[in-house]
Amino acid sequence: MSFINYASREINCKIVYYGPGLGGKTTNLQYVYERTNPQNKGQLISLATETDRTLFFDFLPLDLGSVRGFRTRFHLYTVPGQVFYDASRKLILKGVDGVIFVADSQEARMDANLESLDNLKHNLHENGFDLAVIPYALQFNKRDLPSAVAYDVMLRALQIKGEPTFEAVAPKGIGVFETLKAVAKQVLHELSKK
Amino acid sequence: MTMFGSNLIMYEEEFDRINAVLSRLWMDANAKLVFLVDKNGQQIAAKGDLDKVDATSLASLTAGNVAATDGLAKLIGEKEFSILFHEGERDNIHISIVGQRLILVLIFDERSSLGLVRLRVRKAAAELEEVLTQMASKAAEQGEAPASPFAEITDEDIDALFTE
Repeated sequence: MSFINYASREINCKIVYYGPGLGGKTTNLQYVYERTNPQNKGQLISLATETDRTLFFDFLPLDLGSVRGFRTRFHLYTVPGQVFYDASRKLILKGVDGVIFVADSQEARMDANLESLDNLKHNLHENGFDLAVIPYALQFNKRDLPSAVAYDVMLRALQIKGEPTFEAVAPKGIGVFETLKAVAKQVLHELSKK
Repeated sequence: MTMFGSNLIMYEEEFDRINAVLSRLWMDANAKLVFLVDKNGQQIAAKGDLDKVDATSLASLTAGNVAATDGLAKLIGEKEFSILFHEGERDNIHISIVGQRLILVLIFDERSSLGLVRLRVRKAAAELEEVLTQMASKAAEQGEAPASPFAEITDEDIDALFTE
């Protein structure tokens, strides 16, 4: 649910990174943070456990510059991936404008990917959204691992509506900005329809 | 609900009124900072010493805090906890829900007191609700929101955002 402020000529949009635990959602955000000019970003906030697992969310405000005289700001959030944090995940999807699903390419995590995708559909629905229509991109992360499942196989298993997909190695930044850009684009296009 | 079913659109007139309410609250309550945030974590307006805090993070964490507390309320069968109060060694944070959609945040130190803050917040919240109601009836009158400033956005516009 984007917030358009005509008085201060600002538009704020919310993008949520979703996916199974340890899939690289936080790493995506960290890379975006590292590679963004200081004047275009705020603090990266991580509400994590002592072992660096996301407890509630990570948050990164990103200023992308102006479109048609409006300052465009994206608020990037990650959800905690671990199954038992479902109540928190549901909360973070409130008012979301676009979703990035970070899938783990390792064969052993395919079930976790599918489970998380189902969970995303369900939680979006609970918040009054429909995965079939919301701006959405799919990222296959950890493509550099030897146990990575073939691209075609992942595509068949996880793509749901012809959404843009990206192969990524998040710690190295491969595919990170491409994925974000794909969703940001859809979000802004969505706004143009309103 | 109609108003909040879609995007929140703020116009100059309401923005000015909200700012006026916040300014008065800031003075009357002897607060360091006053913030209005929407439940999704977007900052709407603020008044006070903004240089010393990270306003965006404050807004997002406040919304997260309220969302988590809302979740707790539902779990025990409450509709919501309309006031949250965090007491620190020097500074305190008073958080209250306004009109079910907005969050009013007030940061204060020993120059004020919880009693004063609660009193002033109650008055300000009523005024803010009035503004919200006005926004809702305006939205209902006008029916559709005005044409989006992004109506004619092009791929080039969007690409330009990502080139540094």
